[in-house]
Amino acid sequence: MPSTDRDPALFELKFRDPARARALVEALGRRTAELGRTPVSVMHVCGSHEQAIAKFGLRSTFPRGLNVIMGPGCPVCITDAPEVDEGVVLARQGVHIATYGDMVRVPGTSMSLADAQADGAKIHVIYSAAQVVELAQSTSDQVVFFATGFETTAVATAAIVLGGLPSNLSILSAHKYIPPAMEIVAEVPETKVEGFLAAGHAATITGSAVFEPFVARHHVPVVVAGFEPLDILAGLVKLVELIRDRTPQVVNMFPRCVTRAGNLRAQEQLWKVFRPTGGRWRGIAHVPNGNLRLRDEFRSIDARRRFTIDLASLWDHAPAALAQSCICGDIMAGLSSPTDCKLFGQECTPEKPVGACMVSSEGACKIWHEYGGHPDLGGDA
Amino acid sequence: MCLGVPGKVIEVAGNVATVDFWGVRRQVQLDVVDEPVAPGDYILNHVGFAIRRIPESEIAETLALYEQLITQAEQDDLMAEDVRNEIAGARGDRRAVD
Repeated sequence: MPSTDRDPALFELKFRDPARARALVEALGRRTAELGRTPVSVMHVCGSHEQAIAKFGLRSTFPRGLNVIMGPGCPVCITDAPEVDEGVVLARQGVHIATYGDMVRVPGTSMSLADAQADGAKIHVIYSAAQVVELAQSTSDQVVFFATGFETTAVATAAIVLGGLPSNLSILSAHKYIPPAMEIVAEVPETKVEGFLAAGHAATITGSAVFEPFVARHHVPVVVAGFEPLDILAGLVKLVELIRDRTPQVVNMFPRCVTRAGNLRAQEQLWKVFRPTGGRWRGIAHVPNGNLRLRDEFRSIDARRRFTIDLASLWDHAPAALAQSCICGDIMAGLSSPTDCKLFGQECTPEKPVGACMVSSEGACKIWHEYGGHPDLGGDA
Repeated sequence: MCLGVPGKVIEVAGNVATVDFWGVRRQVQLDVVDEPVAPGDYILNHVGFAIRRIPESEIAETLALYEQLITQAEQDDLMAEDVRNEIAGARGDRRAVD
């Protein structure tokens, strides 16, 4: 049942449009009650959605019986330990590694890029793919761009590749493609995900149409939603409606950023440079077509071909003992919550992260640690 | 790495635009955006590349969330931190003092 006994003042504090927030919260309660059965689980696949849900205390407004799970939506977190190891091995060979900020602290099998840096490796944090080109132009040494992120970020990598790279720059692609991972999660019997909330900005590139074959195959609805708290609430109301009516379809609730076709120029660049291959994602094992690797035409700038990457050279470094207890993988597969982990907030904190989900600003553990997992609307100290 | 950030185009030179993000001017690449971009337009910046030109009718609605993040967020707000990183992701204007 929707809770109508909340102090209206709390809505005034939290939302720019409190009346609309209240109406959406009540609608979500009604829709969920109309299902006539609980629990029902839906999944979002975006770290920014989880940030907004936690920051604005949305979970405390969700009706009992509606589980909103975070799926594999943190690109830093799903980068698998052996992929981090490849970067670490190259860094230890003396190659400059450039990568996005959060990647530096993500644990590999035995060490992170930050650990390698402490041993003297040359690691550069960049915020833009264009900065990597400038970095390579400023040195005669070999530079490798350890390129991570979903399709939104992969497009930027594709653009610098197509623009022509300096001869001392190569790409170590750990880019990931979200739609195939949704297929895997939709097939996991334990999670019973009945609907997906898709991320607005990734769909800016791919268009909402990318989810249509998925909906046809799995008969679960997909709603593309924005990042405002009201966007998320409205997206959930629509998603529960589609589940209630058993009308699986793709609904774009974020038309100000997303079209059905998406950015065709970006898609053309993406698939000109990358080919989808199967590979491991941290937490959800093998994802067919989930990894983006450079096409053969670009072998000369593929760091995996330019260098010999001998992962065995890391074998004499023992894996961190605490990491054995980290349940980051289960969290990303939607099977567990951060608070189910015995390390959470104890041995594992944002200052001393054990697992990837506590490193990234889009990781569920860091988000819950920052805002509290189920903050009450009245939780403002 | 999920959030793009809207900014206002000040000038365009080839495939690079000078874009204003709440008073901070940055260089944003236009290699990926699928529509012509002119001064006065708003674009969505992700890791230093414009991924979309925001339609006129949607600008006010799009800016609202970011206004709140930029002006009201506490120091340890994760969404605001991501937005700040996105703005840093566009390259600094050489005329600006970083």
